[in-house]
Amino acid sequence: MSTTSAPGRAALQVDGVAYEAVIGIECHVELTTETKMFCGCRNVFGSEPNTNVCPVCLGYPGALPVPNRVAVEAIVRAGLAFGAEIPAFSKFDRKNYFYPDMPKNYQISQYDTPFAVGGVVSFWLPDGTQRSVRLTRIHLEEDTGKSMHAGSADGRLGGSTHSLVDFNRAGVPLMECVSEPDIRSSAEAVAYLEALKRTFVALGVSDVKMEEGSLRCDANVSIRPAGSSELGTKTEIKNMNSFRSVQRAIEHEVARQAEALARGQRIVQETRGWDEGEQTTIVQRSKEEAHDYRYFPDPDLVPIEFAAADLARWREASRAIPQVRLERLISRDKISVVQAHQLVDTPGLADYYEAAVALSGAPQATLNFVLGELSRLANETGVAVAGAQMTPQALAEIVDLTTRGAIGSKTAKDLIGRVWAEGGSPAKIVERDGLAQVSDPAAIDAFVRDVIAAQTESVENFRNGKESVIKFLVGQVMKTSRGKADPRLAEERLRTLILETRGE
Amino acid sequence: MSDVLDRGAVEIARAVAARETSALDLTEAALARAHQRDGAVGAYLAITDEVAREHARRVDARLAQGARLPLAGVPVAIKDNMCLAGTRTTAGSKMLGNWVAPYTATAVQRLLDAGAIPIGKANLDEFAMGSSCENSALGVTRNPWDLARVPGGSSGGSVAAVASGTATFALGSDTGGSIREPAAFCGVVGFKPTYGRVSRYGLIAFASSLDQIGPIAKSVEDAALVYETIAGVDAADATTVARPVETARGALRDDLAGVRVGIVREFDLAHLDPEVRAVYEQAYRDLEKLGAELVEVALPTADYGVATYYLIAPAECSSNLARFDGMRYGLRVEAADVGATYEATRAAGFGDEVKRRILIGTYALSSGYYDAYYVRAQKARTLIALDFRTAFERCDVIACPAASSPAFEFNAKSDPVSMYLMDYYTIPMSLAGLPSLSVPCGYVTPEGGRTPLPLGLELTTPLFAEAALLGIAHAYEVGTRHAQKQAPPALEAAR
Repeated sequence: MSTTSAPGRAALQVDGVAYEAVIGIECHVELTTETKMFCGCRNVFGSEPNTNVCPVCLGYPGALPVPNRVAVEAIVRAGLAFGAEIPAFSKFDRKNYFYPDMPKNYQISQYDTPFAVGGVVSFWLPDGTQRSVRLTRIHLEEDTGKSMHAGSADGRLGGSTHSLVDFNRAGVPLMECVSEPDIRSSAEAVAYLEALKRTFVALGVSDVKMEEGSLRCDANVSIRPAGSSELGTKTEIKNMNSFRSVQRAIEHEVARQAEALARGQRIVQETRGWDEGEQTTIVQRSKEEAHDYRYFPDPDLVPIEFAAADLARWREASRAIPQVRLERLISRDKISVVQAHQLVDTPGLADYYEAAVALSGAPQATLNFVLGELSRLANETGVAVAGAQMTPQALAEIVDLTTRGAIGSKTAKDLIGRVWAEGGSPAKIVERDGLAQVSDPAAIDAFVRDVIAAQTESVENFRNGKESVIKFLVGQVMKTSRGKADPRLAEERLRTLILETRGE
Repeated sequence: MSDVLDRGAVEIARAVAARETSALDLTEAALARAHQRDGAVGAYLAITDEVAREHARRVDARLAQGARLPLAGVPVAIKDNMCLAGTRTTAGSKMLGNWVAPYTATAVQRLLDAGAIPIGKANLDEFAMGSSCENSALGVTRNPWDLARVPGGSSGGSVAAVASGTATFALGSDTGGSIREPAAFCGVVGFKPTYGRVSRYGLIAFASSLDQIGPIAKSVEDAALVYETIAGVDAADATTVARPVETARGALRDDLAGVRVGIVREFDLAHLDPEVRAVYEQAYRDLEKLGAELVEVALPTADYGVATYYLIAPAECSSNLARFDGMRYGLRVEAADVGATYEATRAAGFGDEVKRRILIGTYALSSGYYDAYYVRAQKARTLIALDFRTAFERCDVIACPAASSPAFEFNAKSDPVSMYLMDYYTIPMSLAGLPSLSVPCGYVTPEGGRTPLPLGLELTTPLFAEAALLGIAHAYEVGTRHAQKQAPPALEAAR
């Protein structure tokens, strides 16, 4: 990975020496499967506490886990989407530690054989810079229950009189996605997370809602002299519950470390929690308290090997992922980074756009309609572009009609409105209703002469040098021609005829 | 009615199906007998009168509707580490002394579906950890052959129930010999199927990669019938094997013509007491007399079995038993905070042997020791399994003692290692996952002893060769009739 400074990175200095931030992110993403990871309980958010539970996810004596195939497949597809390697052999391990919201006092996870190894997340910053972050691994585990503490003023454990546990979340499939320390700024961290979210949503493996806890992330943050290849001492930042808090927490932590170094202090390896109210990080745990999790292969579960045919099928399907599509839109269709993200981040819109372009062969004109008139109508009517009566085929016809000059932009806009509401073929409507644009100079002249005769005051103003009036006069020609006049030709004939009629 | 109860499972089911007696009448007789006889033996932690009657009524109703139930009305004792919905399921531990199971184990459910009647929950060493049943925190079980002696363990209650005639058959669980050793001590047939044959769903785990449920019965034929009923893939246990269960009863045979019996070179009978040794030498000769060919086979790594087992099983148990923390079910001893409550609960709830194994296992899995202990033990386990594979290239079945001595007296094995060595002949088969059973093979009267005590011959076949194993065991059983030659004194007294 490049360690040189890149555009968009705030200059960081300690005692006049340029420093850079080195950031790695560990994400936990809840999968949106129908059922939990190792039992048949429903996997839904927001149910009454302890209603989606059974002997398995409550860790009752004698109960056994059975892996959810859909969840395993989701992890593999997520890995393939980033070009990760899928090892032939994987297994589940037990991570042993005691906690009241973990029913078995061990978590079924993956230690040394994750389902996906490596891979690269590519994304674009708003200024158009492309960045890549390597993935270390993606593995599958089960979520814990949720503890709630009662009797304390702030709902925290300290000072509480008793605790309650909701096991609805216990056993929900959880994807852990670990990045290499390739991130260099808070803006990159957010763009990285957005890229993950975009991909997981597109794959349908998670809804990635930070506010509901279906995406949780920790950041490992350190700083070092720019260009150095050694890593500084890192701190782990937890408890960030929005993209905004990720950005703020990293900015704060980088500044805190820079100030500490400037004061001649050393950075201590520790876990710090982001305090949203105070906008600061607070020490939670030092390294000395690290656990020995006593990982070992879970004897209740058999190792997993994937069939080559399944892997090939999933690999093929992963070609439609946003990262690949963004690359295609930006490099092939020369669409701006912002517009490409608009397409990809609206459900179904990029599919719609690409289907229409395949028929029209005119990326820019198609894009203008999709992000312009069609998106406006979608907002107005509440019907998604992808689900509208206005099909990609219909849009391609309109693009074709306008680029040929057969209809003008006003007609195009009206037509889109009609087809959006009623469906049908724009080309046939144009033919049937005689909406084709008038490009015959003689016919245009007739409209122009009528307008010059009717709008004497405006014509006079134009003659006196008020250039802007010409737009109004073109508009009058369009109105007189019921939108069919070619506006460019109309303007040209207006200018000519107004001059010719001077002094008449 | 009593004479019907003295028959085998196959005949009882036939009698009930033919309406010779109703399941309910038979169940009442079985319950009465259990209450009458069990006082001296202590096979049961609970005699489940009401549950038994409820199932008996259900069986009668189903028979009236024309259902065919292969175990109709047959009384069964269930080892108390298997869940039966609505009954206390204790694992012989104070930790679960009052825990009522909310669901039923798959193997138990299959018996109920076949018409069996659960007479009671049988005693066991706490969490199935032990070889004498002395580690039960909830009761003492005595050997029906000599009440001063242990029944063996950990399925001590199950074998004592069958040996004393209060259950026609029983379910036990075997991790390193917990079905076979007590079956040998009490003169009954105890059968551990291949790992993965019988669902563990609802069996309170001791060591998940070794635990296997199996039948304990008075005859090989009954064991085969029960095995056919409980075996087969289960969607609730990912370690069960999707492989058809061959009919074991169809493979029962009367001679051993063409069977090659492997005698293990390393299991030198010279180490045994001369009287015990004579019984096993006679057993080998009887196999030959029935037409088998004896061949010597080698299991050079079998000697490492006990050491290997006492790393793997405790490692798994240290994790499996972590869930008993007083938070959601079972015993809770309140203390200052959650950590102190964990400690107080586990200190009060677990017995010494359970604590010892949790400590050993936690140590073996700890950072810095994992490779030296757990990983090496897994490698040894693989080598032991490979030795068996090589041995089975030369023979169809391996014969050896099920235990090195008959049942011993209470408190005779106060040193844990001497107790662990009781499973010397059964552990290697468990580590290799092989189907293995103990069948009665003779009696010895120990010096100063009052009564003859049974011994068991252990027979083992390759993975999934249960049908062949039961067939060979049946031929030996009918050819020698050891089980019919004597009856436990407790049973005699009851008559």
